[in-house]
Formats: sequence, structure tokens, C-alpha cells
Amino acid sequence: MKVIETINLSKIFEGVVPVHAVNQVNLSIEDNEFTAIVGPSGSGKTTLLNMIGGLDRPTSGTIKVNQIALNELSENELINFRLKHIGFVFQSYNLIPVLSAKENAEFVMLLQNIPAKDRIARVEALLKEVGLEDKMNNRPSQLSGGQQQRVAVARALASKPDFVLADEPTANLDSKSAENLLDIMHRLNKEEGITFVFSTHDQRVIDRARRVITLEDGKIISDVIQHEN
Amino acid sequence: MYFKLAWRNIWRNKSRTFITLIAVSIAVVLSVLMMSAKNGVYENMIKSLIGDFTGFAQIQSKAYVDDSSIDNVLVFNDDLKAALQGISAIDGFSPRIENFALAVSDSSNKGVLIIGVDVEKEQKYIGLKDRLSDGELIDLSDDQVMIGSGLSERLQAGVGDTVVLLSQGYHGSTAAGKYRVKAIVNFGSPELSNQLVFLPIQEAQTFYGLENMYTNIILHFKDNDDVRQGVNKLNSVLGQELVARDWEELAPELKNMIETDKMEGYVFMFILYMVITFGLFGTMLMMLSERKHEFGVLVAIGMKRVKLAVMVWLELIILSILGVILGSVISLPICTYFHENPIYFGEEMADVYEDYGLEAMIKFSLDPSIFTQQAIIILLISSMIAIFPFIRLLQVKAIQQMKA
Ligand SMILES: Nc1ncnc2c1ncn2[C@@H]1O[C@H](COP(=O)(O)OP(=O)(O)OP(=O)(O)O)[C@@H](O)[C@H]1O
Ligand SMILES: [Mg+2]
Repeated sequence: MKVIETINLSKIFEGVVPVHAVNQVNLSIEDNEFTAIVGPSGSGKTTLLNMIGGLDRPTSGTIKVNQIALNELSENELINFRLKHIGFVFQSYNLIPVLSAKENAEFVMLLQNIPAKDRIARVEALLKEVGLEDKMNNRPSQLSGGQQQRVAVARALASKPDFVLADEPTANLDSKSAENLLDIMHRLNKEEGITFVFSTHDQRVIDRARRVITLEDGKIISDVIQHEN
Repeated sequence: MYFKLAWRNIWRNKSRTFITLIAVSIAVVLSVLMMSAKNGVYENMIKSLIGDFTGFAQIQSKAYVDDSSIDNVLVFNDDLKAALQGISAIDGFSPRIENFALAVSDSSNKGVLIIGVDVEKEQKYIGLKDRLSDGELIDLSDDQVMIGSGLSERLQAGVGDTVVLLSQGYHGSTAAGKYRVKAIVNFGSPELSNQLVFLPIQEAQTFYGLENMYTNIILHFKDNDDVRQGVNKLNSVLGQELVARDWEELAPELKNMIETDKMEGYVFMFILYMVITFGLFGTMLMMLSERKHEFGVLVAIGMKRVKLAVMVWLELIILSILGVILGSVISLPICTYFHENPIYFGEEMADVYEDYGLEAMIKFSLDPSIFTQQAIIILLISSMIAIFPFIRLLQVKAIQQMKA
């Protein structure tokens, strides 16, 4: 089943010289995929992911997530859509500094009005899954970058999204933490069928991806399936 | 959790929070102290001029309202008595005769205000007994008088001396009498102290040539908050000739003075709170720009902008409630202290006060409304300030804010 579909998707940033950050991209991503978007700096990875995530609107073209066209949603509907359907992992973690690891992961469920009992059970399971069962009550400032990013993964999964979008999730991590995060993402993908779409520069991360889409100047120049798992 | 989040956010920047709290609480303390002192003065004024003398309300004949001549008296009949007893807010009533006269002693003379009272009946409400500085309370059968301490000095007449009272009686008759001074009464208000002469009610009737007639009936209420309502009720049953008037009508100068003075207080408070408003506004602006990125993230992961706005609003409200609590905690003991140990003025200030007919002291008021008023003002201010971030946060665009 198609989770993500883009049709002639373009984004032009107006300016003295207009920038075609994403240029006529046609792309479809199925359920259960583990896909890396790669390409040189400035090739449009972030812009593409932002549009898929409903954070930014295209200049032209269509994005469909689970058959729903994001263009047709109002700003407030988009917020609600993100909450229900998309999990986000950011390059700079972006946890809420005043909340503990547990509370950070719990937060999106709170926004979804899930009862406290269910929230706690799920959060504990998720943090265990990312290997942070002994750091649940630490605030972000009391966690390493790798640990913070694992909390971010737990937070992204807490809302049971259709897929997780991660823009350079390992860029701020040392190679060991990056490796560890990849392991977790990979396992979640294999064992729980979670769809991951992430952008990266890191060759080792690229190697772990099942499908690799390469962008250059806003265009897809290659789209290959490297291996089956 | 939103509350928890707001609470923790408040303490993120501890020093800024403390500064804000201190600013708010200083404003609260200053306002509370000022209002407590002012209200204390009013309470004292009302008590010594109204409660202890005029009464919180009176019944008079309509003619007496326009012309307080001894001819415009009222008859205290059974109908009137029944009407008064029919109003539950009224605890008691006592007829009086009040009129002007000239008092003459061996050495001097002075215009005075004669009060014919049923001493026993009024004792419960007015407590004349506690105000005696010399001599003994007059009783119903007496033909002696009590005079104010100021008057006693003016006339150089003490207990046991004789004064002659001269006035015009009912329907043009001549009123004259010679009375022994039985007691000296102390009134806080110098105006009263300088001109009051108390006569037993029967003796006053004899003096003015009135039979079963009075100039006014003092009404005593169980609770002074019910005065207005009681007076209105009474006026609907009193008929053509009589009217019930509350203290604000009886002593409009006092009411006006209090209002004017209150206005001054409000102006001061307004300025104080304007300063606080700007302070809070600044805090809020800083907070808003510091957390721009974070707000973007929250909206990106799906927090409704209304919720975000409510959270920030909550932060401001909690902060100001803390300020109010802190301010109240600081000012309450100060007010309590000066409530129990009133401040007495030196000579100069005393003169000013005495011009108004007041005792020269400030006994701070502990009226809870002083505190709740501050709380309400601060909450209104912070809610008002919160409108700004509220509107701004309703327009958050995740992607733009996250770049910040
Ligand atoms: N808000 C913006 N306004 C103008 N131009 C922009 C804006 N955002 C991105 N661009 C431009 O669009 C192009 C694509 O940027 P984008 O951030 O998507 O690249 P990227 O592939 O994510 O790069 P990197 O690997 O460095 O993160 C770049 O040329 C960039 O300068
Ligand atoms: Mg990028």
C-alpha cells in the first residue's frame, strides 16, 4: 500500500534568483519501507521531507499521504494531520527541555487525548525499545545526543504514525551512537513494520537503507533498491 | 500536564521569574498598604461619624429633609413601629430629637447641637458609656445633660456645673432650660466633641414642647451591608410624609470626601500597575522570542496552536498569581500590625484630619476585599497582556519558527 505519493512536486523559493529547491518530483513510498533520501548539500532533501511532512507547502504538484491530499488541508487541519499520521525526528533532537524523557515521549499522546494509563504503558515500552529504560526520568540536558535522539524516536513512534520522517537524524551523533540509532530504527522497521523515510549524508547510514533515492538540484537522479532487508 | 509544563517553563529562567515576581509583589504590597490605610481611615470615619452618631440610616419627615426646623417633626405612631418591625434587616430603632440651640455658661456661650436620646436604647449600638471621660451616663428620668469634651472646655463647664440652653420650640414657642452637667462625652470627631449636648429624650421633648413627636428615628441594622436594601424596602411602605435615608444621604460631604480620596488612590494604583504592565509585557516578549524555535517544534509535532496559546497564557497567569500571593503574604502582617497598633499623627497632620472632623489616627483595614481587589487587577492585567502572545501563537508556522 502506498503511504506517500508525490505528483510533479515542486518548490520554488522566490528571491533575486529563484531557487528550484524541489523540481517535478514524482515519488511513491510503500508501507514498510526503509528509505534514505541522499544527495549533496542544497539538493533539496530537507525541502522535500518538509513538504511530505506537511510542514511546508509546495509551489505546485500534489502530496498524498494515505490517499489524503495535503494541499487540501487548512493549516490547523495539517497540524492535526501531523499529530495523527506522521512521526518526526529532527537533526537537533528538539525535545522539550523541561520535560523528562518519559514525559517527552508521552507528550504527543497527551495531545491525542489518550488516557493516562495507556500513555504510561506505551511510553515505558517504547523507551525500553530504544534502550532507555533506566533514563526515563532524565531531562534532555541530562542525556547524551544519542540518547536524546532515541527519545525523539520514541516520541515519533508514540503517536502510532503511518510513517516516521527523519531529516539527518544522525548528523549530530558520533558514529557509535549513529550506528546504535540505526540499529533501533532498523529493528522497529523489521519487527513492527514501521515505515521510515530519512535523509542523510552519512555513507554508513546510506549502506543500511533498503532503498536509496538520490536528489540533485531538486530532481531525482536515481532510485535504487540496494538489498531486501 | 499542561499545568506542569507551564509551571516548569516559568522556572526555566529563574532570575527573570524572580524579578518579575518581586515587581508584581511590590506593586501588590504598595497598593494593599495604601488601600488598607485609606479604607482604615474611611472605616474609622464612618464608625465615628456615622456608626457612633448619625446612625447608618434614619427616618425623617420629608419636610425636615428640606428644612430641619423643629416644626417639621414626625409622630412616632404604632403604624410606623409596625412598619419598622416588619423589616428583618433592622435590628432596632430609637427616636431622637435633634436641633440647634445656644448654650450659655457662667463664662461663655456657644451654638450647640442638642441630641435628645433614649440613652438605654442606644447604648447597645452607640456605646455612649464607653465615651464618658467624666461623670455618669444620663438616664431617662434625668433632667441633666452630657456635653462633648470640646464643648466643656469652651464653656469652661465641667461635671456639676450648670449650663443654660436657649432655642426656639415647637410652633414658635420659646425653649429655655437650665441643666446640670452630669457627664463629659469624648467624641473622636472634634466637630462633634465641640458641639454636642445630650439630653434624655423626655427632657428634650419638654424643652422643645413636643409631645410624642420626634425629629428623626435612628435605625440600627444587624449587618451594615444591608442598609441600602433595608432603606429601599422601608421607603416603599413609609407613605407620603416620611422618608428613610441612608448615611450617604445624611452625610453627603463624608461620602464625597471618601469618593474623592479613593479616586486619588486609584490614580496612584493605576500608575503603579502601568509600570507592572510594561514589565510583564517585556518579560513576555523576551520569553516569546527565546522560545520561538521550541514553539515551532511543538506545532510541528502536532500541538494545536490554541493549546500552545493557552499554555503560554497559563504561564503568565500562574506567574501573576504567585506575585499576588507573595505580595499578600508580605503585606498581610504589616496591615495586621497597623490594624492592632494604629498610627497616631503629630500635631500638623492632626490638624488636617481634625478639619474633617476626624480622629488623627490610621488604623489599617483588614477588609478582605482589599486583597481580592489586587488579585483581580493583576489577573486582568496579565490576561490582557496574554492576548498578545495568544494572537501571535495562533499564527505560528512550524517551519519558519524552527529556523529561528
Ligand atoms: N526558506 C528558504 N528560502 C530560500 N531558499 C531556500 C530556503 N530553504 C531552502 N532553500 C534553498 O533550497 C535549496 C534546497 O535546500 P534544502 O535545505 O532542501 O537542501 P538539503 O538537501 O536539505 O541540504 P543539506 O544537505 O545541506 O541539509 C538550497 O539551495 C537552499 O538554499
Ligand atoms: Mg537539509
